[in-house]
Amino acid sequence: MSVADVAFYCFAVPAVFAALMVVTQRNMVHAVLWLILVFLSSAGMFVLLGAEFVAMLLVIVYVGAVAVLFLFVVMMLDVDFEALKSEMVRYVPVAALIGIVILLQLSMGIGAWVTAEGAPAMRQAVTPDPSQIENSRALGLLIYDKYLYLFQTAGLILLVAMVGAILLTLRERRDVKRQNVLAQMWRDPAKAMELKDVKPGQGL
Amino acid sequence: MVGLEHYLTVSAALLVIGIFGIFLNRKNVIVILMSIELMLLAVNINLVAFSSFLGDLTGQVFTLFVLTVAAAEAAIGLAILVTFFRNRGTIDVEDVNVMKG
Repeated sequence: MSVADVAFYCFAVPAVFAALMVVTQRNMVHAVLWLILVFLSSAGMFVLLGAEFVAMLLVIVYVGAVAVLFLFVVMMLDVDFEALKSEMVRYVPVAALIGIVILLQLSMGIGAWVTAEGAPAMRQAVTPDPSQIENSRALGLLIYDKYLYLFQTAGLILLVAMVGAILLTLRERRDVKRQNVLAQMWRDPAKAMELKDVKPGQGL
Repeated sequence: MVGLEHYLTVSAALLVIGIFGIFLNRKNVIVILMSIELMLLAVNINLVAFSSFLGDLTGQVFTLFVLTVAAAEAAIGLAILVTFFRNRGTIDVEDVNVMKG
């Protein structure tokens, strides 16, 4: 076994184990932390595959944004997770059955899988020699040239998601007094105060 | 020597664990969302493994887009979850039946 093989198993085994812990963990905060371990191990596997840019993207986007968002929601919401877990044991047999069936089907597919004759000739963007041009540079040349419209669409999707998330969680609170900037700017000092001549003994 | 099959096996395991998690935690939306993230990660591993072993960079470009959609889905899903929790005081999926006829 070479060093690369040992490194693969060092990443693959924790990834699968941590994924199992994510779905079986009782404590939600621990589940999110296991999810972070899955992402980090997968990033290690991507580095082994020579996809450094995607690996770093996984660390930044998944660990830095998505997992932290999950952690934020788990900690912000006062949810009684124990009540949700109470019926978990009931579903174990059926979940395990479905999982094993799908795993068998996938292993049959992986076992009988062969590469088509003309597959190498049909490559859309042949990976350049890593010693000549590094992975992120080659990927950038491809994204900003051939897949520019798709890249812009991806940005649009993120914008729509951001607007949607803000709009969904925005809350108008009635019991809080807010500053009304326009009312302040349009205020007329001449009308702000009225002087009254109060006669003694009469009042207003 | 670690070949393509090893990566496909890890990816298949992650996908099945994701499906397993959805069936196991049918009440907890947060775990369901995390299981979906696991399944999307399995797709990403598949794409990158094929891209690397075939020598075609397009797979990594696709991974980028899957990543984008996964991030958007997580953000929207959690926003809906927060709104639902604010209105109903629970995140039990079985309580989501307001629109049932």
